[in-house]
This record gives sequence, C-alpha cells and structure tokens, in this order.
Amino acid sequence: MPDLSINFAGIKSPNPFWLASAPPTNSGYQVMKAFDAGWGGAVWKTLGVPVVNVSSRYGGVNYRDKRLIGFNNIELISDRPLADNLREIEEVKKFFPHHAVIASLMVQSRQEWHDIVRDVTNAGADGIELNFGCPHGMCERGMGSAVGQEPEVLKTIVEWVMEVARIPVIVKLTPNISDITEPARAARAGGADAISLINTIQSIVGVDLDKFAPYPIVDGQGTNGGYCGPAVKPIALNMVKNCAQDPNVRLPISGIGGIENWRDAVEHILLGASSVQVCTAAMHFGFGIIREMTAGLEQYMTEKGFQTIYDFVGKALPNVRHWEDLNLKYQVKAHIHEDKCIGCQLCYTACEDGAHQAIRLQEGTRVPAIIEQNCVGCNLCSLVCPVEQCITMERRDDATEHLTWKERTEAGTIPVTFNDDRAGGLHHWVPEPVAALGKERHKTLPGKARALGSPQEATVSAPTATDVLSAS
Amino acid sequence: MAEYPTPTTEQEFAANFAQIKPLMSNTEALYESSRCLFCFDAPCIKACPSGIDIPQFIRQINTGNTIGAAKTIYEANYFGNACGKVCPTEVLCEGACVYNLNDQKPIEIGRLQSHATRKVIDSGKHLFGPGPANGRKVAVIGAGPAGISCACELRALGYAVDVFEAREQPSGLTLYGVAPYKITNAEALAEMDYLEQQFGYRVHYNHRISTREELQRLEDEYDAIFLGIGLGATNALLLPGEERTNCVGAVEFIEQLRTEHQHVAVGRKVIVLGGGNTAMDAASESARLGAEDVTLAYRRGKGEMGAYGFEYDLAKGAGVKGLFNVAPVEIVGNGKVEGVRFIRTATLDGQVQIVPGSEFVEPCDMVIKATGQAKQTGFLHLIPGLQLDGKGRIVADTRTGQTSNPRYFASGDALNGGAEVVNAAAEAKQTARGIHEFLSGN
Ligand SMILES: Cc1cc2nc3c(=O)[nH]c(=O)nc-3n(C[C@H](O)[C@H](O)[C@H](O)COP(=O)(O)OP(=O)(O)OC[C@H]3O[C@@H](n4cnc5c(N)ncnc54)[C@H](O)[C@@H]3O)c2cc1C
Ligand SMILES: Cc1cc2nc3c(=O)[nH]c(=O)nc-3n(C[C@H](O)[C@H](O)[C@H](O)COP(=O)(O)O)c2cc1C
Ligand code: SF4
Ligand code: SF4
Ligand code: SF4
Repeated sequence: MPDLSINFAGIKSPNPFWLASAPPTNSGYQVMKAFDAGWGGAVWKTLGVPVVNVSSRYGGVNYRDKRLIGFNNIELISDRPLADNLREIEEVKKFFPHHAVIASLMVQSRQEWHDIVRDVTNAGADGIELNFGCPHGMCERGMGSAVGQEPEVLKTIVEWVMEVARIPVIVKLTPNISDITEPARAARAGGADAISLINTIQSIVGVDLDKFAPYPIVDGQGTNGGYCGPAVKPIALNMVKNCAQDPNVRLPISGIGGIENWRDAVEHILLGASSVQVCTAAMHFGFGIIREMTAGLEQYMTEKGFQTIYDFVGKALPNVRHWEDLNLKYQVKAHIHEDKCIGCQLCYTACEDGAHQAIRLQEGTRVPAIIEQNCVGCNLCSLVCPVEQCITMERRDDATEHLTWKERTEAGTIPVTFNDDRAGGLHHWVPEPVAALGKERHKTLPGKARALGSPQEATVSAPTATDVLSAS
Repeated sequence: MAEYPTPTTEQEFAANFAQIKPLMSNTEALYESSRCLFCFDAPCIKACPSGIDIPQFIRQINTGNTIGAAKTIYEANYFGNACGKVCPTEVLCEGACVYNLNDQKPIEIGRLQSHATRKVIDSGKHLFGPGPANGRKVAVIGAGPAGISCACELRALGYAVDVFEAREQPSGLTLYGVAPYKITNAEALAEMDYLEQQFGYRVHYNHRISTREELQRLEDEYDAIFLGIGLGATNALLLPGEERTNCVGAVEFIEQLRTEHQHVAVGRKVIVLGGGNTAMDAASESARLGAEDVTLAYRRGKGEMGAYGFEYDLAKGAGVKGLFNVAPVEIVGNGKVEGVRFIRTATLDGQVQIVPGSEFVEPCDMVIKATGQAKQTGFLHLIPGLQLDGKGRIVADTRTGQTSNPRYFASGDALNGGAEVVNAAAEAKQTARGIHEFLSGN
C-alpha cells in the first residue's frame, strides 16, 4: 500500500489533495464534510477585509455538450465575519487534528497582516496562504493580483507576515503576469516557506449575443473575472514547471489549476508540485470526486512502485527542455490501422486543410492512406481521429543519431537566409495553388444539386433504400 | 394473447400507436448533436436520397442555430420533417453513419432533423417565399410528397402552380399510408400548412383528374403538367372467395386506419398476406388495434421477405407471428371470411413450387392483402404519347423527369414504381428544375 501522506513545508496531510481557497471551503460545515469524504486538507476561503458580493457571480464555458470545461467568477473573498470563521477553524481542527487546515489571507496594512496572522494561528490553522492572486474586485483596492503583479510589493508583504508567522507560509501566485518566476523568486526572497499556483486567469468567459454584455451579467453589465477549470490546466502546468525548474525559487509547490481527477494531479506532481489544490471540480461534482482521485493515485503509485509522493515529485522535469535541446534527427510518421478506421476522413481533411497534404483518399474505400514522403510527423491526424489507437505515430529514424538546434548553432550549420538549402521546408512538396479550385465549391449547393455539382458524383436518380440494401 | 388492448379512445389509440421516433427536447438535441463527428464528405449525406447536408445541419443545431438547421434541411428536401420521422433511416443516413463501424449507436439523424424542422413549423418562421412571378403556369396532379415538393420548387422559381388532389387532404401516403406510429396526422398536416404558407401554391382538394377532357383543359391552360399521382389500389389476388366480407386490401385498410383511428374494426384473428413493408405495417397495425392473433403469411422463407429486417422486428415486437412457405389458394367462409386455405411451398432454384397435397385451412375472421399496389395505367393511358414500361411505370428522363409527352413530367411512386417519401420529395424537386429548364430554356 503506497503512502499518500505528505509533509508540505511542515504542513502535514494524510494525502496531497487539498481543497483550494474558494466557495467549497467557505464554512466549517463544508470543510468537515470534505474531510469526512476523504480530502486531506483545505485552504479556507480567503479571510480579510469586509466585502460585499454581487448577484450573478459565475460564468461557464461549455464545449458542445460538456459543461464547465472553463469556469469564471467575479466573486470576492469571504463575506462572512472573521470571528465566525476563526471559531469554525478551531472546531474543524478539534475533529480533524491530522488534516491540514490552511488559512488564506488578504489584508492591507502591516498591522492588519500581523493581527490576522496571529488570529488564525491562535485558531489552530496549520498554515497560512497569502492570496496575491484575485484578478478582480480586490486588486482595485490594492490587494490580490495588484500585489502579485508587483514582485517588490509582494516581497515586502511576505516580510511583514514572516515577522510574526509561527506556522508555514505559502504565497499564492497570480498567473496574470508574463514571467511567473519573478513573483516566485520574490516570495522566496521575502522568506516564504512555499508557493502555490495558479490563481485564476483574468478573463471574459463569454458574451451574451442578445444582451450585448459579458457573462456573468449583473443588471445588464459585467466585468472581467477569474478563469479556472479544466481549460486552464495546461497554463498551470507550464507555470508550475517554470517555478520548479528555476534554481532561484526552490520552494515546495502546491499545484493548482484544472485538476479534476488523479491524472491531472499526477501531472502537476510530475512537474514539481508536492500538494495539489482543487476548486472547480469540487464545485461541479461535489466532494465525492476525492474517492476517484485517491484510488487512482494509489493504483498509479502501486503500478509504478512508488512508495511515497516524493518518489515522483518533479520526475518529468528533466524531460522538459528548451526547444533548442530537442533531437532534430528523431522522425515519426503517421500510421493508420485500417482495421480500426471508421472512415470519417477527419484525418484527411485535417492534414489536407490544416497541415501538409500528406493524406490521400483511396478508390473504393473510405479508409485514407498516408503519403509517407509528405508526412512531417506533426501528430495532427492522430489527434483528430475519433477512434482510440487508430492512428499511431511510428518512429522512422533508426535512433542512432542525435543532433539539436543548439548543437547545429554551435557547429555553424543552421540555415541563415530565407532561401537557405538547410531550411526545413525547402524540399517539402506542396500542391500547386490552383489545384485547390473546384474541390469544395459544390458543397455549398443544397441537396442533390451538391451531388450533381461534384465532378465524381454526377449521378442522377437518387438511390432508394432498397438500392442501398441490395448494394450492401 | 393480444399484446395491445383494443383502443376505444383517442388517448388509447395514441398509446398503442406511440411514436417510435418521438420529438427530441432541446437538451436531447444538444447532447445528440454533440456526438456528430462532422465527417469529411460524410457518408450519411451520400446515403440520403435528397442529399441533405447532415453534418452541417447537426452542427447548426449544436451551435444554437436551429432555424438555420431547418433551412439547410428544407433547401434539400421539402418533406424534411416527415422524412425525419418516416424514412427507413436504418438503411439510409443512419445506416451509413460511421459510428456503426465502431459498434456505437449511429447519430439519430432522423430525430434531429424533425427536431429542427419542427421548430420552424411551430413558429411559422418565414424562411422561403415564391420567386418573382415569371408569368408561366404549371398544373400539378397529386398533392403527395412528389406533387407538393414539385409545387414548392416551382413557386421558388416564380411559377404559378395549381395542385389538383383527389383526396380531402395533402401529403399523399404520408397521411394515408405510412404507419401511425411513425408520424401523426397532425404532424404531417402541420408541415403541409407550413409549406403552403411559405410558397403559396393553390391546392384544389377533392378534385380528381380522371377524364381526357379534364386533361385537355390542363393542357390548354398550363405550360406544363406534373404527374405526382403515386400508385393505385391494392392488386387483386384473383383467388376464389376474395370478395368475402373482411377480406381487405392493405392500403385501403391503412387509409381507413389513418383517417378513423380507433373506430376501425379489426378482426380477432387476422391473417396478413405478403412479405413486404406494407405487410409488416398492416400486421403491426392490426395487433395495435387489439387483434388477439395476427399471422403474417408469406409464400417464401423468412429470409426472402422484401421487408426491411427492422420492420419485421417491429411487427414481431407487436406480437405478430410468421407463417412462411405457404401460398393462399382460397379465402374460405360463408359470406364473411372464416379462414384461408393455404398450400405449402418450397423454393427450388429460386422458383416457388407448391407441395402437392399439403393444403390446410388456417382459420381467421379477417384477411388483409398486402400484395402490392396497382399502377394507375388506365388514367395514364389518357395522356397522348405517354410511354409506360413493362411494369406500368412512367418512363421519363432521369435528370429532368420529362416524359415521352414533352409537356408532362413525373416523379415519385408513379415513376419509380413505389419507393419512399424521401425519394418522391427528392426526385420531384429535381424534376421541377427540369420543368424550368424546359420552359425557360436554361
Ligand atoms: C402502406 C405504406 C406504408 C408506407 N410507409 C412508408 C414509410 O414508412 N416511409 C416512407 O418513406 N415511405 C413509406 N411508404 C411509401 C411512401 O408513402 C410513398 O413512396 C410516397 O408517398 C410517394 O409519394 P408520391 O407523391 O409519389 O405518391 P402518393 O403519396 O401516393 O401521393 C399521390 C397523391 O396523388 C393523388 N392522386 C392520385 N391520382 C390522382 C388524380 N388522378 N387526380 C388527382 N389526384 C390524384 C393521391 O390522392 C395522392 O394524394 C409507404 C407506402 C405504403 C403504401
Ligand atoms: C500550430 C500553430 C502554429 C501557430 N503559429 C503562429 C504563428 O506563426 N504566428 C502567430 O501569430 N500565431 C501563431 N499561432 C497562434 C494562433 O494564431 C492563435 O493566436 C492561437 O492559436 C489562438 O487561437 P485558437 O484558440 O483559435 O487556436 C499558432 C497556433 C498554432 C496552433
Ligand atoms: S480519422 Fe481515424 S477513423 Fe477517421 S478516417 Fe482517419 S484513420 Fe479513419
Ligand atoms: S502527422 Fe501531420 S503531416 Fe503526417 S499525415 Fe498526420 S497530419 Fe499529415
Ligand atoms: S456519418 Fe454520422 S458522425 Fe459522420 S457526419 Fe454523418 S451523422 Fe455525423
């Protein structure tokens, strides 16, 4: 049985799954329920200055029939009284002494920071997270991302906090910045014990086509909000990786952003996170998702022979390189497994219109064929194919050569002019521009006119169902 | 034992004849349309006799442009709503959907199609209108799928169109022939009202064209005449006892069923003669009307029936039994039908042969003959120079629908010998273009 427990910068937790500071951690009731369900920790909904929220607070991005692949909010920090929250933190810790309760904080003056850090420490919190991320509402008041975007200010506030902190301090970073390692380094310089990222991304989640206003709509108007959910995971992963690889950061990382199942969590961990936080998925599916997350993580660790989380924290980092370090001699080509192909021809149209015209249609079958010499090995076809493992990318070089751009630069063999012989695309065949004419036009005609307009299909009488039957 | 209680009210009728392709809700349409892969040169389009751009209209539904979806459908097929419900989609679009090859459920194209078109029908959305009048007139005989489709397309091209229909209501066999569990009368007629409002052709109901004089008048008054007359009455069996009470033709029985619903009397033990789709329908329908025992009797083996497999399955599901390799020799009874005398058959080298001495009487109190529809050759012979083929089908140019009498054009069952609504609709739309080509010279 693998050991899922963690010691994150001194904060102990039975597993690496924490609820992020957000509506699911708004009250003692919710946090207790989550711990009962199996969550290892919870970062309490941010406490601080008094706020007032608007009504209509969230917007979603749906993809076809899939709800909330992206999620955005214009909500502020906790609007419940500080005293109530402190009392509930204390109560939760009484029932769950071994779970992690981290107080998320956001105030303004040095004195306020000192006061609130002492308050939550006295209430029994295991750690503190400084919310320098909220991209709306609070930043206008000089807090949240207004701090997170100014490394110097961030560092100063961390220093204020560290003056009184007796429990570990995590700095939560905003992604609304061009180089995430700058505030990460500032957090370290200020003396923080750890960082967590990412907070939400400044966004407009959609526009109402009838009301001419952005979602979510508050009395006919809206504002930019913070974006999160499955769609932001790739951005989060990249930022986690950047911080994990930066030699000047070297702090434990709590990964946040688009985590909804064990796989997402393992990805964050492989890129350097040693705890993970979840918000949107818990808001969408409730606390019960933790069962799948822990079960999946356990299974994965068992299969890989990992005893503890630390056996694989950052394990993918050595393989995340700069582009110039990649092997230019490595060559894959697409391969269609004909027995699996259902003939949708999405690969054909994708390569034809969106890549390198390296797939052709064949007479008498709907299974397309790869034109090997044109295939650049871009993966596109294998990504659009709706059948699992139907298009695979097969290695075609003999794995004996290794040459990178960096090495070529050093050897002076990189292409230097536009018409340089050594450029990649020079010998790549492309069709004549006019060969495109007439291929799509008839498809704009309705019904049978479309078939009549197509050069190959000038059949006149439509097939009857019986024809179709007898032909098959 | 009967699977269905005899319906006595309109509700009970509706329950026994529940729609097998019920209307999709918006949510169901969203989820189902999400599954479509948007195949390149999609095989479903090719399998649709009217060539509807299926992935296009499904994508339109998915992006909240249901009105645009309906437009895409109607631009290819004026019976878009009816077709979504009555087409044998299992062997057409849905049968061609690539999902079948992955052993996954094909996209429910028919129901999506009806969903989209129903939206514009219900709202009366103005999508089409007559083209600028070109001063020419065309007479359309028959207000079935062929006649109405031709009328719509001709109106769009600017022709004045008069439709002459023998019956009281439009849509031909869609209303009078198709099984009630595929489409309700209200649905069929709503689409007809919608099209008439959009295109503004005139229909003269209860107006059968049956004499040379009437045809002459049409020839004098109109620039061209379109024949969308479909087929005729059930073929006679030419067997002794055929005239007995309760020995009826399938199309006549079904027409009565469509118009009178639960007021149609069905026997307690019904024998349906035939192995085609109409036989399957008549058998299912008898069972759903509460007949205790329904038997399908067919001359050849089960596998040789002309009916689609799914139609036979539907009949079996309604409790219908099969009696194969038997040929009827006499309808027995005393004034009323009391049974059918059969003789067993065997198929040798593709030929059906009777097995001597194997006669037996299967008792019943109703016989439904599903032995095919006759062609309207008597009427068609009134048209000078009109050529028919050996089977009594009108001969016409496959592209323009023009017959051997240049001012007459034809489409639908009268031309193809009996196919589906979608074929009639698709052919007639194309023939309207043929008429236009003939009259305008382009
Ligand atoms: C029992 C049965 C079930 C069927 N089920 C299905 C099904 O589930 N799905 C499907 O797609 N297809 C089905 N079909 C086939 C489909 O109904 C026909 O293919 C389609 O209706 C043909 O259209 P049409 O316009 O050519 O002819 P019809 O629909 O027959 O229309 C012809 C019209 O012309 C009128 N008419 C005829 N002669 C004259 C005249 N001399 N003067 C004036 N008016 C005249 C008729 O009254 C009729 O309204 C079924 C057919 C039958 C018989
Ligand atoms: C494969 C690929 C290559 C790109 N190359 C460029 C580029 O050369 N120049 C550029 O300005 N943007 C480039 N982009 C960015 C896109 O123009 C665009 O800004 C970005 O993909 C976001 O739009 P989307 O969400 O519709 O993809 C590229 C995007 C992709 C996917
Ligand atoms: S995308 Fe996949 S399933 Fe579709 S045609 Fe290409 S190989 Fe076949
Ligand atoms: S890998 Fe890229 S270039 Fe090669 S066939 Fe696929 S889409 Fe085309
Ligand atoms: S074949 Fe199926 S998945 Fe492909 S476009 Fe048609 S309906 Fe959509």
